[in-house]
This record gives sequence, C-alpha cells and structure tokens, in this order.
Amino acid sequence: MSLYDWSILSGSGFVGFKNFEKLLGDAMFWKTLASTFVYVIFVVPLLVVFALGLALLLSKEGKGMGLFRAFYYLPTMLSLIIVGIAWRWILGFDLGIFNYILKLAGQKPVSWLTNGAMANASLIMVTIWTRVGYFMMMFIGGLQAIPGTYYEAAEMDGATKWIALRRITLPLLRPMILVVVVLSTIEAFKSYELIYVMTQGGPGSSTKFLVQYIYQVAFEEDRLGYGAAMSVVLLAVIGLFTAIQFIAQKNEYTNE
Amino acid sequence: MSKALRYGLLALLSCAFLFPILWVIISSLKPQSELFTYPLTILPQNPTILNYVSAFASGDFIAYFKNSIFVAVVATLITITINVMAGYALSKFYFKGRDFIFYMMIGTLMIPLQAIMVPIFLLLKNLGLLNSLWGVIIPPAATPTGVFLARQYIQTIPDSFIEAARIDGAREFLIFRKIIAPLAKPIIATIAIFSFMWRWNDFLWPFIVISAKRKMTLQLALANFVGQYQINWANLLAMTVVTMIPMIVVFIVLQKYFVTGLTAGGVKA
Repeated sequence: MSLYDWSILSGSGFVGFKNFEKLLGDAMFWKTLASTFVYVIFVVPLLVVFALGLALLLSKEGKGMGLFRAFYYLPTMLSLIIVGIAWRWILGFDLGIFNYILKLAGQKPVSWLTNGAMANASLIMVTIWTRVGYFMMMFIGGLQAIPGTYYEAAEMDGATKWIALRRITLPLLRPMILVVVVLSTIEAFKSYELIYVMTQGGPGSSTKFLVQYIYQVAFEEDRLGYGAAMSVVLLAVIGLFTAIQFIAQKNEYTNE
Repeated sequence: MSKALRYGLLALLSCAFLFPILWVIISSLKPQSELFTYPLTILPQNPTILNYVSAFASGDFIAYFKNSIFVAVVATLITITINVMAGYALSKFYFKGRDFIFYMMIGTLMIPLQAIMVPIFLLLKNLGLLNSLWGVIIPPAATPTGVFLARQYIQTIPDSFIEAARIDGAREFLIFRKIIAPLAKPIIATIAIFSFMWRWNDFLWPFIVISAKRKMTLQLALANFVGQYQINWANLLAMTVVTMIPMIVVFIVLQKYFVTGLTAGGVKA
C-alpha cells in the first residue's frame, strides 16, 4: 500500500517510491519522528530504573509487601483513556489539584499541559506512573529466581549490600533488564491513547508523535498510501530495536 | 535501609499510585458547584450521585455501556474457544509444520497494530465490518498470547489420557470437551480474565473500526467526550468511574496472586 497513492474518495494508483520520497521532505514527519524519539529516550530509562527500584524494595517477602505490590500494579489495569482523563483533571491549569497545592504553597501555577516542554514532561511522568507496575512485576519475578544462597555467601565474605547489588543482582538480572528495555521501547514508540486524551498533540504540534501523525494523514486527510509509507518506517524502527535485542541476547549467551 | 524508612517510603509511593484514582472517584461525588469553586475541598461537602444520574440520563451512555459489555463478553467467549482449540491442536497433535505455524502465530505479536492500522482499515472496509461491533470483536479474537498460554498449559496434560479415550472409542470433539477443556480450566480462567481486560480497555482497534456514535464503546465515548471544546467534567468524571469499576473488580479478584507472591507478571496463574 505504501507504493500507492491511495484514497477512499478519489481512488488509487501505483506511484512507486513517491510516497517515501515525499516523506524525506515532510517537515512534520521529521518533527513527529524526533518528538517520538525524545519521548522514548526519556521514558525507557526512567521506567527501567523506577521499576527495578520498586522491585528491589518489594522483592523480599514481608508483612504488607503483597498489598504494596498490588497498589503499584493497579494503574496498569486501567485503560490509558481513563488514566489520561484522571491526570488531565489533576493537572488542569485553573482547577487542577496540583496547581491548587502549588498555590497553597505560595508558588505560581504551572501550565502542565498547555506549555510545549511541560506537556511533554507531563506525558512522560504519566506514562511512568501507569506502566511502572507492570515492569516492576517482571523484575520481582526475576529477582525471586536468584537463589538466596548467593547473598548469604557474599555476606559471609564481607560484601556490603551495595556490592551484592552490583556484583550479584544486576549481572544475574541482565536478561530480564534487556527484555524490559525492549518491551518498553516498543510500547513507547506505539503510544497513542494517552496523548490523544491528554494533549491531542498540542499545544501546537509539540506532543504530536508518529502514530498521531499516521492517523491524521491516513484517516483524517484520506491519504492512506502516504500513511502506510509512514507505518513502514514505524515498523522498521520497531523491528530494528527488536533485532538489537536478539543480537544482544545472543552475545550474552556466547559470552558465558 | 532501616525497616521504618522502607515502610515509610512504600507507604508514600502507595499514595502516589492510589491518589489519582481516588481523586477522580472523590471528585465524581461532588456537585457541579463544588467542582469549580475555590478554595478546593478535599472531601465533598455535599456528596451526591447526581453526576451519575445525569450521565446515565444523557442519551447514549447506556448504549455505550451495552456496547462495551457486548464486545468484552462475546469477544472473550470467542477468544477462549479459539485459543484452547488452537492450543490443543498445537500441543497434542503431531503434524508437519506444526511448530512453524506456532512460531508464525507468536511472531505476529511483534507487529504492532499501530504499524498496520491503515491496511487493516481497508480490509475491514472491504469486508463490510466498519461501524459494526463484530468488526471490533472478530479480527482480534484469536490472540497469539492466549494461544501461547493455552498451548503451554495443555502440553502438561499427559498424552495417555487422550490415548485411553481414543482406545475407548471417543470421538475427537468429545475428547476435547470431556478431557481437555475440564483439565484446562485454570488456564481458561486466566485467558478469560486477560481477554476481558484487554477488550474492555481496548481503544485503538475500536477507534479504527467505529465512527458512528451509537456504536461506540465506553473508551471511545470517553475519548470523544474529552475531545470536545467544552468538557462537561461533572458527567465525564462519573462516566470515568463507571468505566473503571469492572477493572477494579478484576483487580480485587486478582490481588490474592500479588499477596501470595505468585508473580511473573500475573500471567503464570
């Protein structure tokens, strides 16, 4: 389809690689692609660090740990539409509770969703909030698979907790970290719903990401072929990251 | 880290995760006048269910609710049937190319809907499934994740059960119904819960298929509501809470898995 000039209203015809040529000169395409990359670059490391941190706090069995886990997991079960609405209500400029608290503390209100940079930061924050529980559970599974005897041995040898974390936990958790990195990267590239509800790509086009643009071009402007060409780029980018995972994983095994 | 500090941190984080959800629920119980007056009150001064009443009274909300229930329930039933049958075939029948078929199915997990939504749209258009709830239900019904879960589970059922039944002259479909399905109950329950959750929360697929207002699911209707220039927050908050309820119920059903420490993403029930 990406090789056709395809339209519901005016029919379609073969155009070869014209759509891809057009992509090269489409400033909005490059802008949305760059915004998507920025979003991914912030979301993925933050997600991994927070998820791992929470998992470390919660991996040992103890009173109430199950309850905490459940609390942190709860946001992942809600649809992104609901999450977006909830946060839009909280981050509202005039009547949101965040700005109200800031006002009580004598601070100026913040335009969480109506300033370009802040809107991007808010989206990243909410993404972390709603997805961290899911990856935390994966990490807890990984942590619980590490035999406790390793830590006992390390302790007997006089290793501090910090050293145990760096020399035992992280190396053994590496395959799991890789999986989380790849899954969250793919997820971040695909994000659509949250943006649709929270900012609609605005203000201006500062939070318009690739999937938004594909949808707009293909379905709102009825340029299906051109939208398909952009989808091919998205697929290639995601495919590339998946391939990197497999290569990295293979190296992991051959090193051992 | 000392124990007190650790629990303090965990409790603080719990607030961060729970507050937004609680705030929406609390806000939905405030009368319109309290939602938009300064200073904000934390708890509603005059709690009311008026927002819910007016949300349900406002035309199409009941239709959206029915659509969502219909899609989630019917899709889950179809998904279970297809997944368990496929899982059985792919684990207990030995035929050429079986593993290849399985890996092809799993491979489709790698292709995100976002990247193929344009051709999918045309395909559904040509099939006449646009603006039909069946267009939302049928195409994504045979989820590869479900096939994978069913296959892994059914593999653990001993072959001898099936062989014994065959020797006794049982037909294939009877074996499926009387042996496989009952033994696969735990995995059926897991797939049912996940499928219901996926369908209930699904947005992008219905978004591509449905454009007629009467056919919208709750998620679509909510997103549509937010897109309007003047958002009616009082109604929207009430609708959001109603849409949240089934997931909270699923969460309460599932939470014992977290508490007993059965982890691995909740998939390994």
